[in-house]
Amino acid sequence: MSGIHSKFNKGIIGWIDYRLPIFTILDDMVGTGYPTPRNLNYWWNFGSLAGLCLVIQIVTGIVLAMHYTPHVDLAFASVEHIMRDVNYGWLLRYVHANGASMFFVVVYIHIFRGLYFGSYKSPREVLWFLGIIIFLLMMATAFMGYVLPWGQMSFWGATVITNLFSAIPVVGDYIVTLLWGGFSVDNPTLNRFFSLHYLLPFAIAAVVVLHILALHQHGSNNPLGIDANGPQDKIPFHPYYTVKDLFGIAVFLIFFSALVFYAPNMLGEVDNYIEANPLVTPAHIVPEWYFLPFYAILRSIPDKLFGVLAMFGSILLLFVLPWLDTSRVRSARFRPVFKVFFYVFIADCVLLLVCGGKPPEGIWLILGRIGTAYYFIHFLILLPVIGFWERPLPLPKSISEPVLGGGKPAAAVAAPAKE
Amino acid sequence: MLRIVFATVAALAIAAPAYAAEGGPELPKLKWSFNGAFGTFDRGEVQRGFQVYKEVCAACHSMHYVSYRNLADIGFTEAEVKAIAAANEVTAGPNDDGEMFQRPALPSDRFKSPYANSKAAAAANNGKAPPDLSLMAKARNGGADYIHALLTGYEKAPADVQVPEGGNYNKYFPGHIIAMPQPIASEGQVSYEDGTKPTVDQMSRDVSAFLMWAAEPKLEARHAMGLKVIIFLVIMSFLFYGVKRRVWADLH
Repeated sequence: MSGIHSKFNKGIIGWIDYRLPIFTILDDMVGTGYPTPRNLNYWWNFGSLAGLCLVIQIVTGIVLAMHYTPHVDLAFASVEHIMRDVNYGWLLRYVHANGASMFFVVVYIHIFRGLYFGSYKSPREVLWFLGIIIFLLMMATAFMGYVLPWGQMSFWGATVITNLFSAIPVVGDYIVTLLWGGFSVDNPTLNRFFSLHYLLPFAIAAVVVLHILALHQHGSNNPLGIDANGPQDKIPFHPYYTVKDLFGIAVFLIFFSALVFYAPNMLGEVDNYIEANPLVTPAHIVPEWYFLPFYAILRSIPDKLFGVLAMFGSILLLFVLPWLDTSRVRSARFRPVFKVFFYVFIADCVLLLVCGGKPPEGIWLILGRIGTAYYFIHFLILLPVIGFWERPLPLPKSISEPVLGGGKPAAAVAAPAKE
Repeated sequence: MLRIVFATVAALAIAAPAYAAEGGPELPKLKWSFNGAFGTFDRGEVQRGFQVYKEVCAACHSMHYVSYRNLADIGFTEAEVKAIAAANEVTAGPNDDGEMFQRPALPSDRFKSPYANSKAAAAANNGKAPPDLSLMAKARNGGADYIHALLTGYEKAPADVQVPEGGNYNKYFPGHIIAMPQPIASEGQVSYEDGTKPTVDQMSRDVSAFLMWAAEPKLEARHAMGLKVIIFLVIMSFLFYGVKRRVWADLH
């Protein structure tokens, strides 16, 4: 780790690394110095994609902030100014707005990857916690970002969501006043949301560093969910996973570009192209699509306080997931019963997503309630019981065994690439 | 786990239009030149639409995010833009004496609004200000299709519908009772210079295309850049895939 014995000991890089070991640290983080399981599949690409999304959001966001005006009378017009008059402003804004959606798509896949392959289990619990914290920060950031254009859905979404906090006994109303900076969603609200929307991504970046640090402590989990036995099970991150991640990034950007260039408003709400008007309430106030499952949980419970508790509980529940899942086996590949319920759980999340976008009445309210109940049943009842009763399939002896088919001598094959 | 992706895509496909089309008859889907990956604005159509806006809609509706200079994007020459702007008197100032004064509009001015402010607009229209049209084509589900349907959707109210004083029945308006009287009511309301027959449907179509341009003026630049970007990314994906195969070759 120290620069003295580092492989960076020549020339200017060596001179710098001797005094400040940034090259050694980077190499240990994402370079040749980080041994990675050799069997990671493409679902493991979504971590680096999430990092890319964060960078895209920060870069486009900083430039957008140079042209945006956080004032109730000017915000909407300044967004139109960006769309019409700023050079490539339309591109920046569409990348930023759709980038938020893509960020959530990537992070949801990343989370479900973790759920399927048991990445939250010992010894990676803290890694998992940090991921949940990132997810919560992302939700706060995305919510406040959606308020900034000051369209109808910005304003009314902010009103509905901030009002949720008034359900908290005793201090609820004080919290809401604090969030608003007044007695309704108004200019002080917009100003503080802008300030926090600029701040939180850097907080996310800091937690991402911790997330990576925790990841490196025990290394990546892998599709088999078993620990590496020795060097034959591992390959250096660079060049194997750097090039695989680059391929993933290129493919991801194709989907991203298709959205930005050919359907930039598909995931948005038409009402947000109407300037905020506190006197006119939209027919249906709906949050962005990535909040819809949680919105469905909120609305399926008739009591406001319990609705809010259920909504936040649905995420906070993930903090105890490592203990709710009683199975020792990580990967769903060797858990035939869990695997079935994993897919049922995904179907349940999709159901909640759809219900969240519908008005809470008739069949949608009933389906929303069933979906909500099942969400909690999955975590609180099914996972502990399945882990207890399920008979897992026999685990392979090592990572390299199924990968190599037991044929070639492992050490020769796994020789790390030298530059 | 591929199923997750399919399920998510399916859910989005269901959820995205879930907000749309809350009741009401289905909008007729028209063929627009700006639809699709290679879509561009039909200059003639959009220019005719501007004429309809200028001669019909502008009597009540503002478009305060669009400037006269923007008209150059839909094929008007610099001289034409200056002339179109100069036909409007706008208030400017204050001058060195501290007085506001009237002057002909310049290309850099925003479209002149028909009313001094939204209160005046509301007062002149039964208490409800006509909405600004700059973003209308993006502010309603269905976009240009919706605007065209609305403009051609006026009809006699069914017997069981009571139309209140000052209201009009429209097949496509949410709730069906719309304050705006049928704006494009008769053939030849606008006389086109390019020889296009100004039927009610044609004028509605043209003005819808114009409003789409006004709402999304960078659409052509977006489509053109998207094509290049995606071609670049597809090539890059193949290259990276090739490199990945080569780098990983010694492992298999």
